[in-house]
Amino acid sequence: MSRVRRPADWLRRSARREVGAVVAMVAVLAVAPFVVNSYVLTVLINVMFMALLGLAWNIMFGFAGQLSLGHALFVGLGAYTSAAIAVHFGYGPAFGAIAAVLVATAVGALVGVLGFRFSISGVYFILLTIAFSEFVRILVNHLDWLGGTGGLFLPVRNRSSSDILNLRGSPEMFYYVILTFTGLTLALCAALLRSRLGFYWLAIRENPRAAEALGVDVFRYKMLAVMLSTALTAIGGVFYAFYYNNLFPDQIFSVGFSIEITLGPIVGGVGTLFGPIIGALLLSPLGELLTAWTAQWKIDGLKQLFFGITVVLIIMYQPMGIWPWLYGKLRSRKPTAD
Amino acid sequence: MPVEAYLNAIVGGVLTGLVYGLSALGLSVIFGVIRIVNFAHGELMVLGMYLALVLFRRLGLEPLESVPVVAVILFCFGYALQAGIVNRLMHVPEHMQFLLLAAVGMVITSATLMVFGPDAQNVFVSYAFDSFALPGGLLIDKVRLYAGVASVILAVALLLFFRYTRTGKSIRACADNNLGARIIGLNVRRLFALTFGIGAACIGAAGSIILMLVDVHPYLASEYTLVAFVIVIIGGLGSPLGALLGGLLVGVSEALAGLLVEPSLKTMFSFGLLILTLLVRPQGLLGDRA
Repeated sequence: MSRVRRPADWLRRSARREVGAVVAMVAVLAVAPFVVNSYVLTVLINVMFMALLGLAWNIMFGFAGQLSLGHALFVGLGAYTSAAIAVHFGYGPAFGAIAAVLVATAVGALVGVLGFRFSISGVYFILLTIAFSEFVRILVNHLDWLGGTGGLFLPVRNRSSSDILNLRGSPEMFYYVILTFTGLTLALCAALLRSRLGFYWLAIRENPRAAEALGVDVFRYKMLAVMLSTALTAIGGVFYAFYYNNLFPDQIFSVGFSIEITLGPIVGGVGTLFGPIIGALLLSPLGELLTAWTAQWKIDGLKQLFFGITVVLIIMYQPMGIWPWLYGKLRSRKPTAD
Repeated sequence: MPVEAYLNAIVGGVLTGLVYGLSALGLSVIFGVIRIVNFAHGELMVLGMYLALVLFRRLGLEPLESVPVVAVILFCFGYALQAGIVNRLMHVPEHMQFLLLAAVGMVITSATLMVFGPDAQNVFVSYAFDSFALPGGLLIDKVRLYAGVASVILAVALLLFFRYTRTGKSIRACADNNLGARIIGLNVRRLFALTFGIGAACIGAAGSIILMLVDVHPYLASEYTLVAFVIVIIGGLGSPLGALLGGLLVGVSEALAGLLVEPSLKTMFSFGLLILTLLVRPQGLLGDRA
């Protein structure tokens, strides 16, 4: 077969292969709860949760080039909105999720308008995201209606019978819920990358001025990226609230959590479709293993130490992330297969 | 509320603000020359605080006495960080550099957490509760006054160094025109490492000084990073005098917020100030238009 390929053919082929890979992955993940024990299942839930957040963050930064180091804000807003609605008004997560998405998207839009209308870019935009998330953290710490520093708790009951509409039930149910959401988000990202919108984003990421000169409405598409990313992140927040049942402002709005959200995509490959998934698949279990191994010595912070060193090494030696490198390896091993 | 209460709060805020200013000066120097935003700033400061704590517990050195020692150690750390890691990554995209330093910060925080534990620890100097009484009901804490004065001395020394010494001039040459500096034969990489070292020494000295005023715990780091960012953005990123001015403003606003509203809400005021500055005058009070 000739090495020169028409781009359209190559795109179609790679798309087919990606779909094949995804179907295989979904099949493996779908039967996982029947094979693995409950501990591995909780790790898998965590993997899927972090993958969802990574995918959402990646839309804003990887696709559209707008770096947020305050994404925990939107997880927290989603979680607190849905939890407060459940605790104070008794409405379930289905209604809560809609409200959560609305609240998070509104705040995301506010950050976006302030940042993009006033042309705050680069490090200033990053600081704007951090400042908003810290602002809300301190605010929630002082709001008694949301539990303040003491935290907000959802009542835990009937773990045995599954009630998907109210998100009360067994770990297996939570696993399938988060698997579905992460799968849908992945499919959405795949579609976006191939869409006109996706190409606009890439143009904006690579050279905003050139994109503007070509007639791309930069402000509008940046706003779309922020709002979509924050909406998906808020969905992750709703899951967090109903899965863990307790919310503390200093945890969920912390800068550390914001950075943790960015780690998966960075390790896996920023801007790639599968990077966030690969990153979460690597980091979450490693973090769990480290916590489990070192629990006997009662040393705090070993997980973060390891994550920090990993990121330093990745940026020094594989700045594009693991997925592009892995993808290159897979392709060069069998050049005739495609 | 009596007028003296406000005056006391403002004077206290000014003195604390000077220490903040010294620390922000470290951030500003590193950014102004190397064009790297040091996201590990607060972590370096907390490292300085812990070094001063160890020197106090083991050798009985008071925080002010340990300033030179801590500064030298942090200088070596900063020099090694720039020479060993950051210099190799001057070509990668900006955001990767931010993330790299954030990761370095994460390593420092978890290392301090592992060594010293999560609890707040403090240093009591013999004059911890003494204060000078001035006419008009003004009371100035000794520690706060010493801390403010020490910070000013160090900041002035640093500015003089950049203004008059040969090395200082070379560093400014690198900042003004990187290519030009290389053409006239300056070793830019070495000067960058030197700059990061000087910035880190500044931060470490500020950490050592502020240990007299606050208890240290590992999670203080992100708070100090943010405070320093707020200060340099208000004052103007890359402007040394702006850093000191911003430090004063943030110190006073924190003190007044603590007095008028609630101490735990004080950081929210700084962030409000930050968002306002970004919207109204994004280059900061004394900064040039980017």
